[in-house]
Amino acid sequence: MDFIPKLPLADWIEAIVDWMATNLEGLFDGISDVIEAVVGFFSGLFLLPHPLLFIVIIGILAYLVGKWRLTLFTVIGFLLIDNLGYWQETMNTLGLVITSGLISIVFGIPIGIWSAYSKTAHRIISPLLDFMQTMPAFVYLLPAVTFFSLGVVPGVIASVIFAIPPTIRLTYLGIKQVSGELAEAADAFGSTSWQKLIKVELPLAMPTMMAGINQTIMLSLSMVVIASMIGAQGIGATVYRAVTQLKIGQGFEAGLAVVVLAIVLDRFTQNLFKSNKGRG
Amino acid sequence: MGNEILKVNRLSKLFGPGAEQGIQLLEQGYTKERLAKEKNIMVGVNRVSLSINEGEIFVIMGLSGSGKSTLVRMLNRLIEPTSGEVLIHGQDLRKMNKSQLREVRRKTISMVFQKFALFPHRTVLENVEYGLEVQKVNKAERREKAQKSLELVGLKSWEHVLPDQLSGGMQQRVGLARALANDPEILLMDEAFSALDPLIRRDMQDELLELQEKMKKTIVFITHDLDEALRIGDRIALMKDGELVQIGTPEEMLTQPADRYVERFIEDVDLSKVLTASRVMRRPETVTLDRGPRVALQLMRERGISNLFVIDRAKRLLGVITAEDASQALKTGASLRDILIEDGPKVPPETLLNELFEVTSSAKVPLAVVDEQERLLGVIVRGAVLGALAGEVDNKEVSEHGLHS
Repeated sequence: MDFIPKLPLADWIEAIVDWMATNLEGLFDGISDVIEAVVGFFSGLFLLPHPLLFIVIIGILAYLVGKWRLTLFTVIGFLLIDNLGYWQETMNTLGLVITSGLISIVFGIPIGIWSAYSKTAHRIISPLLDFMQTMPAFVYLLPAVTFFSLGVVPGVIASVIFAIPPTIRLTYLGIKQVSGELAEAADAFGSTSWQKLIKVELPLAMPTMMAGINQTIMLSLSMVVIASMIGAQGIGATVYRAVTQLKIGQGFEAGLAVVVLAIVLDRFTQNLFKSNKGRG
Repeated sequence: MGNEILKVNRLSKLFGPGAEQGIQLLEQGYTKERLAKEKNIMVGVNRVSLSINEGEIFVIMGLSGSGKSTLVRMLNRLIEPTSGEVLIHGQDLRKMNKSQLREVRRKTISMVFQKFALFPHRTVLENVEYGLEVQKVNKAERREKAQKSLELVGLKSWEHVLPDQLSGGMQQRVGLARALANDPEILLMDEAFSALDPLIRRDMQDELLELQEKMKKTIVFITHDLDEALRIGDRIALMKDGELVQIGTPEEMLTQPADRYVERFIEDVDLSKVLTASRVMRRPETVTLDRGPRVALQLMRERGISNLFVIDRAKRLLGVITAEDASQALKTGASLRDILIEDGPKVPPETLLNELFEVTSSAKVPLAVVDEQERLLGVIVRGAVLGALAGEVDNKEVSEHGLHS
C-alpha cells in the first residue's frame, strides 16, 4: 500500500472546520446565544425554589406519572443529593439534559417523520445516524469547541449530536410500523397527508417514539457528563475534577448523583409513555 | 336494475420496472408469463372491464392472487392503475387531482377492510366519526351522524369502548358503520367478512342484505368464498390470474359456467342454497271458477295430472282442486267453488330450494309459486326439486315458463 500516499483526511477536516469557524461565525454566535439562554432558563428554574420545595414538587410529579414507588425513590434520591452537597451541580446538569433532550426532540421527530415519508431522505439519513452513533463521542467535542468555544453550549451541541439518533430512528420505525391497512383506511376516507399523520400515524407511533425519546434523554445525560471536560457546568465537572485529583470518595458521591438523576429521568420518561397508552 | 354508476374500462395494474411499456407489450400479444420472464413485469390486473349498476351488490370473486384486491383498490385509487379508466358517474377517477380524489373518497366511495382497520387509539364512536372529521364537519353534526350509523349496525351502546374490546364481528360492524357514516353512494368491501368465523360471517351477510334493503347502496364486495358470493351477490364477476373469467347472476354462474375453470369453481356448491323456486317451477295447469267440474276433469285427464289450480281473471290464485273431489262433485252436482282447497301451500318465486323441501314433503297438493299480487307464476312438483339438484335444469323450458306466467 506504500505506493498510495496517505490521504490527508485529517487536514481536510481541519480545513473545513476552520473555514466554517471563520465564515459562519455569526450563525454559531446566534445558536450559542439561544442555547445559552435556554440552559440558563432551565437551570435557573430548577434552582429557583428551595431544594426541599423542589423535592416536594418533583415528588408530586413522580406520584402522578408513576405512583408511590417512583415517588419514594425520587424523594430519597434527591434528598441524598442535597445532603451530599451537590444540589446546584445536579440542577445545572438537569438543565443541560432537558435542553439537549428538547432540542433533540424538536429536531429529531420531524427528521424521523421525513425519513419515514421519503425513501431518499431515509437513504441519506440512516448512514448519517450510524456515523453519529458510532463515532467516539469525544470527537464531537473538539469541533464543538472550535465553533462555540468552551462552556455549556458546545456540551449541549455535542450531546444533541450524540443523543438525537434514537429519536429519529424510533420515530421512523413507529410510523413505518403503522399497519398498511390503517394507513389505507386513513387514505380511503379522504384524509389529507397532514390529517393522516396527526390523527392516525403519530398517535399509533407514540409508544415507539417515546422509547426513542427515553433513549435520547439517557444518552444526553451521559454526554453531558463527558462534556464537563470542555467546561460545561454541572455534576460532570465534579466527577471530572475528582478523577483528575484522585479523590475517590468524592468521585463516587458525584457519580451516585448522576445515577440517581439517570434513574429518575429514565422512569419518568418511561412512565409518561405508559400513562399515555392507558389513556388511549 | 338501476343506472350504471361505476364503469371500469380496460383497467390494468402492472408491477415492476417499465410497467407502462408492459401494457403495450400485452396489447401486442405478449403473455403474462413472457412479460414476467423477459421484462420482470408482473401483471396484477389485466385489462378488466365491467359496469356496475346503482343499488346492486356486485361481487368480485377469485382465489388469492387473482387480482381482486388490487382491482378494488384501483376503484378508489388506493392503488394507482397502470392504464385504463375508472368512471364514476362518467367521471374518470384517474384524471382527478389530489383534492378532487379526496372529495370522491369523502363523499362518494367508502371502504370496509378485511382486518377491519379500525384505529385502535380511537373509541368506537371516534372511529365512526373519522370520515366526517376529516371533512371538518362540526362536532355535533358528526356525532349525530355517527350515532345514527352505529345504531344501524346495532352497536349503539358501545360508543365509548375501544375497538380492541369488541369481538371480531362487532369490530367489523364498526367498520361498516364507519363506512356508512359518510352516506356514500358506493361501498367497497374487501373480503369484509373473511376474517370472521363461519357462523358470525353468516350473520353479517344476512345483516348486510337487510341493511341493503333499507339503504340501496351500490356495493362492490370482494370475496374468495363462493358460498358468500352466491348468497349476497346480485351479480358475480369471477377473476383468475388478473383477468375476468365470467360475469353473471349467481344462477347464470351455476347453470351456464363459461369454461372449465368456472365449472371447477362451482363444483362443490350446494345447489339447494342457490337455486330458487322460479328455477324449478313448471307451467301451471289452470281453470277459472266459472267452469264446471266436468271441464276440470276433462282438462286433468288430457294432461294426465291429478290437480288443477283455480285462478281468477287477473290470474290470481284462488285455490286448487283435486281430480278425486271433482269426480265426487260431478255425482253430487256441487260446483268448483264447493270443492276448492284454499289453504294449499304457496311460496314466492325467490324461495331457495332447501326451504322448499319441507313444504313439498308435507303438502298433499302441489306447491304454487305466486308473486306479491298473489298471481300464479308456476307450480312445483316434488320430483322437480330433486331433479334440479341432480343437475337436470332445462334452462329454456324454465325461462319460457317464466315469460308465459
